Amino acid sequence: MIRLERRPAPSRAWAWATPLLAVLATMVAGGLLFAFLGKDPLLVIRTIFWDPILGEFAFYYRGQLLVKAGPLILIAIGLSLGFRAGVWNIGAEGQYIMGAICGAAVGLAFYPLEARWLIFPLMVLAGGLGGFLWAMIPGILRTRFNTNEILVSLLLVYVAEQILAWMALGPLRSPDGAGFPGSRNLRHYDSAANHELIAGSGMHWGVVAAFIAVILGHVLLSRHILGFNIRLAGASPRAARFAGVNPGLLVLTCLGASGALAGFAGLFEVAGPAGQINIDFNVGYGFTAIIVAFLGRLHPVGILLAGFLMALTYIGGEAAQATLGVPAAAIQAFQGMLLFFLLALDVMTNYRVRIDARARA
Amino acid sequence: MRREPGSDGARRVSTPLLEVRGLRKAYPGVVANDDVSFAARRGEVHALLGENGAGKSTLVKTVYGLLRPDEGRMMLDGRDYAPASPHDARQAGVAMVFQHFSLFEALDVAENVALGMEVPPPMRELATRIRDVSETYGLPLDPNRLVGTLSAGERQRVEIIRCLLQDPQVLIMDEPTSVLTPQEVAILFETLKRLRTEGKLILYISHKLEEIRALCDWATILRHGKVTGSCDPRQKSARELAETMVGSELALPAAKTREPGEVALSIAGLTAASGAAFGTELKDLFLEVRRGEILGIGGVAGNGQDELLAVLSGEARSAPDSILLGDLPIGSFGPNERRALGVLAAPEERLGHATAPDMTLVENAALSGRRRMGMVSRGFVNWGKARAHAEHVIAQFDVRVPGAGSVARSLSGGNLQKFVIGREILQQPEVLVVNQPTWGLDAAAAAAIRQSLLDLAGQGAAVIVISQDLDELMEISTRFSALNEGRLSKPRDTDGLTLEEIGLMLGGAHDLEAGQGLSMPDRAVGSGETSP
Repeated sequence: MIRLERRPAPSRAWAWATPLLAVLATMVAGGLLFAFLGKDPLLVIRTIFWDPILGEFAFYYRGQLLVKAGPLILIAIGLSLGFRAGVWNIGAEGQYIMGAICGAAVGLAFYPLEARWLIFPLMVLAGGLGGFLWAMIPGILRTRFNTNEILVSLLLVYVAEQILAWMALGPLRSPDGAGFPGSRNLRHYDSAANHELIAGSGMHWGVVAAFIAVILGHVLLSRHILGFNIRLAGASPRAARFAGVNPGLLVLTCLGASGALAGFAGLFEVAGPAGQINIDFNVGYGFTAIIVAFLGRLHPVGILLAGFLMALTYIGGEAAQATLGVPAAAIQAFQGMLLFFLLALDVMTNYRVRIDARARA
Repeated sequence: MRREPGSDGARRVSTPLLEVRGLRKAYPGVVANDDVSFAARRGEVHALLGENGAGKSTLVKTVYGLLRPDEGRMMLDGRDYAPASPHDARQAGVAMVFQHFSLFEALDVAENVALGMEVPPPMRELATRIRDVSETYGLPLDPNRLVGTLSAGERQRVEIIRCLLQDPQVLIMDEPTSVLTPQEVAILFETLKRLRTEGKLILYISHKLEEIRALCDWATILRHGKVTGSCDPRQKSARELAETMVGSELALPAAKTREPGEVALSIAGLTAASGAAFGTELKDLFLEVRRGEILGIGGVAGNGQDELLAVLSGEARSAPDSILLGDLPIGSFGPNERRALGVLAAPEERLGHATAPDMTLVENAALSGRRRMGMVSRGFVNWGKARAHAEHVIAQFDVRVPGAGSVARSLSGGNLQKFVIGREILQQPEVLVVNQPTWGLDAAAAAAIRQSLLDLAGQGAAVIVISQDLDELMEISTRFSALNEGRLSKPRDTDGLTLEEIGLMLGGAHDLEAGQGLSMPDRAVGSGETSP
């Protein structure tokens, strides 16, 4: 009989090994998936994981790596705080959209005033505030009425998408756009643009913010009492209450922080790589960031690495779609498998497998 | 205390249906059952009486096949009986109604009953059988009702009927009245009496003495895993039963001559609802604890102990002036504000309440010591100070552990409890509240913890010890009070407190005024030697 036996203490070796094993298992299972689709599995996997960094067209892809990893890392750092505390914000995608709308709206309101020192910082603030307030909805509903923040935050993503479409078609539509949906392009408005800081590198203010978030997140979790309270509440809610942690306030703090970071990510995206508010502005960073957070073991440094890995699957996935004709859904399934294997293998951190010669009498 | 009344002769004639001989079951660090023997016959309601932790549950779980004994044997109807699983037990005719129900609220009564059966009959037939059984035994129940709409008593009937459909010879009932209203208790008792006349054996677990005197034909009394007596409870007073339950060897403490200090902490007229489902409401509580004394609060678990600790630790807030520290109203203060003032607490549940299981001892030291030990400055935790505190506790309280970096759940119960108590004591509390400080610990660890509490009081702190262990309370406390269904009895000096008074305070008589309705033996002849 095979039994799972709880370890007396969590295994550090397994805690570090599971992300790597999950990536390997995903490659194997993904390879099988691609083989069933009639593609050469090794070629697809090489296209996803190898070519963007070291292949022939790597000079183009490398810049994309930072562009994609930036928002993923920024959002995932925020989510990881909540996940550590047992607060499940699944709606970062909606907070990302609302941050982008609020930030872009502030920028567009000043058009065509030239005052970058005023306008861009205001946009950043508005972006963070937009995400923060959108996350406060599930926060207040949970602390006041004990609703489930998973459902509320997730459903608010679809509300945010409707608002996005309305904004793109209505209030924020470019007056010079000949009736096409979409706002003015912020990249063409210097006071509001989030330009590349080093040409061709993909480095923009959002990536800088992501790196700052990694550092602050690490300091918060390892040194600050708030970080300790967050970890304590996640590890043992009753012990946290005994330690004097106010559970409601902690829920609001975690949701607020993750919402604000998602809002920042949305603002930097809309003012930079995306350029405008449009119906198809959001591409799922808010959801992928959940995988990034878990793949990074909810640890800031791990999230940094995981963000780059997921960015790679995005870029490599697009390349595989373009050059090998792999369907987009297969790439999404591939990303999903990563989270699946990670969570499954995670059991080994706290349990070990025991094989008994015979069933216990 | 162990003696057989004369009326016992008839009882011994008929052969027992269930016989248990020399049963022993040990867990790491504690012997739950030690050489337990008893015999029970058909047509008997047989009480297993004892305080929590006396070994009643282990004993019936063994009979029901959930546990296997380390030693000893059981006989059922004259044949060897060694069930490997509850399935075996049911096949042999032993059924059990648990204290906590396992029912699906979204399904109806008949569906729930069918789920518990090996081969359920067609639904229509089952509904008819449920109706038959419920009428026969006076347990009104509609098979088509959704379980979610039933009261606790009706849910218990579902469990009982589920058992009765198997036509068992032995029915085990674990604390069946703890969730029932008095009316539901009356209905249950009628059912049990009817089952008795049919020749079934009912093993009835309880610590409610009056209930056992009203219902049971015979009682086997357990204490610390051993059988300390057996008797016909109808022939005994509640006081005598309580004495056997508490233990005849209960050592009364030598007179303590300690000068009582000034009042350190007082509670006046506090009423607080429990935060937990099925919790106990604290009712009109008055309490006063002085410097240099240990106030012992006895009582069976579930009578408001957790709630009392939460109210004192600050996890549950109350009106500001319902709790006074000296003259300062602290009822509305949270745990850390109280800790800053020197009011510290150690909850009963070591893992998951007093400590976070997956966190290291360093982190767990910061859990309660952050404020008073100055571990946080400008929001940042000084982990060096936290480690120093943890290591100090480990050294001073002889916590056997590889290092302060070990996670809490890797420690044994005794070592973790020493850490939990030491963590608070080394913060030099003005008032310390501990709940079940030595529960489940071996004798050496328990003695060390008791000594440290005595030392703390000796240094002038006020200590409140909430415990089920009366020996412990008699040994260390200056004054004694009992917590019963959320009410606290008037505290008495432990000096000169007699067993019968303790029994009264604990044994169902919630307070002395209400106790007048209880059938009390004449104290002049209540020495335990009079023949009933």
